[in-house]
Amino acid sequence: MYRSHVLVCGGTGCTSSGSPQIIEKLKEEIAKQGLQDEVAVIQTGCHGLCALGPIMIVYPDASFYSMVKVEDIPEIVSEHLLKGRVVTRLLYKETVTTTGVRALIDTDFYKKQHRVALRNCGVINPEVIDEYIGTGGYEALGKVLTEMTPEDVIQILLDSGLRGRGGGGFPTGLKWKLARQNDGDQKYVCCNADEGDPGAFMDRSVLEGDPHVVLEAMAIAGYAIGANQGYIYVRAEYPIAVERLQIAIKQAREYNLLGKDIFGTGFDFDIDLRLGAGAFVCGEETALMTSIEGKRGEPRPRPPYPAQKGLFGKPTILNNVETYANIPQIILNGPEWFASMGTEKSKGTKVFALGGKIHNTGLVEIPMGTTLREVIEEIGGGIPNGKKFKAAQTGGPSGGCIPAEHFDIPIDYDNLISIGSMMGSGGLIVMDEDDCMVDIAKFFLEFTVEESCGKCTPCRVGTKRMLEILEKITKGQATMEDLDKLEELCYYIKDNSLCGLGQTAPNPVLSTLRYFRDEYEAHIKEKRCPAGVCKALLSYVIDRDKCRGCTLCAKTCPAGAIMGSVRNPHVIDPDKCVKCGACMEKCRFGAIYKK
Amino acid sequence: MKTLAELKAIRDRMQNQVGLRAEDHNHIRVVVGMATCGIAAGARPVLTALSNAVQERGLTDKIAVTQTGCIGLCQYEPIVEVMAPGQPKVTYIRMTPEKAIEVLDRHLMGGRVIEEYTLGSADIK
Repeated sequence: MYRSHVLVCGGTGCTSSGSPQIIEKLKEEIAKQGLQDEVAVIQTGCHGLCALGPIMIVYPDASFYSMVKVEDIPEIVSEHLLKGRVVTRLLYKETVTTTGVRALIDTDFYKKQHRVALRNCGVINPEVIDEYIGTGGYEALGKVLTEMTPEDVIQILLDSGLRGRGGGGFPTGLKWKLARQNDGDQKYVCCNADEGDPGAFMDRSVLEGDPHVVLEAMAIAGYAIGANQGYIYVRAEYPIAVERLQIAIKQAREYNLLGKDIFGTGFDFDIDLRLGAGAFVCGEETALMTSIEGKRGEPRPRPPYPAQKGLFGKPTILNNVETYANIPQIILNGPEWFASMGTEKSKGTKVFALGGKIHNTGLVEIPMGTTLREVIEEIGGGIPNGKKFKAAQTGGPSGGCIPAEHFDIPIDYDNLISIGSMMGSGGLIVMDEDDCMVDIAKFFLEFTVEESCGKCTPCRVGTKRMLEILEKITKGQATMEDLDKLEELCYYIKDNSLCGLGQTAPNPVLSTLRYFRDEYEAHIKEKRCPAGVCKALLSYVIDRDKCRGCTLCAKTCPAGAIMGSVRNPHVIDPDKCVKCGACMEKCRFGAIYKK
Repeated sequence: MKTLAELKAIRDRMQNQVGLRAEDHNHIRVVVGMATCGIAAGARPVLTALSNAVQERGLTDKIAVTQTGCIGLCQYEPIVEVMAPGQPKVTYIRMTPEKAIEVLDRHLMGGRVIEEYTLGSADIK
């Protein structure tokens, strides 16, 4: 038994900023001080504050160290772990107040959060099944198998109001009910862990921080619909998640929580992993199942829906990682508990990956109905460098932008759709006044063009044509007719594409057109990029009055575009300028500006 | 493993250990002085004895055992301070693992301060 637990984040973010080396050094220093029997070092999943990694929490006093360096470890061990003197200067600044150390749950970042899906992330060691059991793990599975009928389980989910967290928002209970009603000699339970939206990493963090919750929920799903085989389709680009899933499956099998005759009830269920090779389209349900079957990952028309004919032609349910992560808690705490959180039609919480122009980049879980303002200004800590908020992008390449005028809208499925965006899987990218909305739309279109599988023409050819028009606009070569054509193409592609990828691909363009049409028009009519992003449309100019003729800019310019003699104002030759901005960065007098 | 009973056994065993990682304002905080003076006077066995006993008895959801630096009364070390929400701090001096367990039994669980072990009973000049 240990008197103190040192938790070090082993999520992807903190791993890349060096947490494995920190764990190694910690163990070394702890042994040096002879504390190895008193202090335990535990590698956990993501705490959410990825911007401040590597993160380390010392319990029981819950001191939160951020941006820990290997050099800091000897001091932390000898001062804090041995002598009990918290090394205040290394603590997360938000937790340090004039009167002492504040609890992490009282900081702005955590105060408004409510962790259900992430409840174990950053708390338990994901590679030790006993720790999961210690927080009530597999209790829901035991309850379901011994006390409930499959219909009871489905009813609880229906009553809870849980909707799919992958983006679509389809009621989970209804999905299970349909799969239960369809007879089949074999049924399947699948988990979509092919998180592909740029900037989204919610599912990865659940898999890395609490893999057993997904296994438990899938077994519950198997019992509810009458399936005994599950597949987790996880992208190979998530090596830590894959490894922890493999460990979790092995441990669950050893404990017979997966396998034959679970809890002696005669219920069999097992899970296998399938690794995705990195195609975005494989996050679409029919393409995902085609890929599990060993074929090329392409979508097929629906109906038939997976609940009727899914994997290998058998009734199948496919849920997202975060959806599953909610289920054991719903079973244990009851549907009323879950339905008490959130809004009328969107119950529970949602995990968002905060990114872009925001202080606290990371992972947050908030009750549905929290406003965008609360998420960005309070939890996210606002926008750096005093810049002004312009828009937030949700839903990745399938979603849209939320402009400042909707800053106070409560976030839920239906509200986001009504303003032309969507929940998506939970990526939330914040943009400030320096971001060009046409350029953002172009970025997402580049992504969809790259990822379109090519099976249907509207998506394969249509998105390419859209991208070409966007490129013309950003180069200042487009006409207003091009803009009309772009809009027309959007609606055509939306209506005629085979799968969700194509049907939603125009959304980034449509929503930016809706709220930022003036920016598009400025590019076309005035040949000007208001945010100063589109290179073809901007030029760098030297202010004659401010220039002291120090020659620094001329020396910095890689293209030799700046002319002038010492102590005389310099000039930039627009024909030679490559618009790299190096001169502006170097100028000490603020004499160079973009126009 | 096969049965629910076995699952429960693992949970009971692990719950208190994982419970050490709870963050709650209502915890009773038991703080052991662990500066050089405290360690020299034998604070480490006191700390481990208290911490283990709290975990063994399943009290991690109520009591947090932590350490602190030098309190400034080096001649009275090992010192254990008990801080319960809404109550004045109680400082126990010259603790041993056995006396610490007594504090746990009689004060923390029984609710009665052991006056003869406190700083108040010492003769401070």
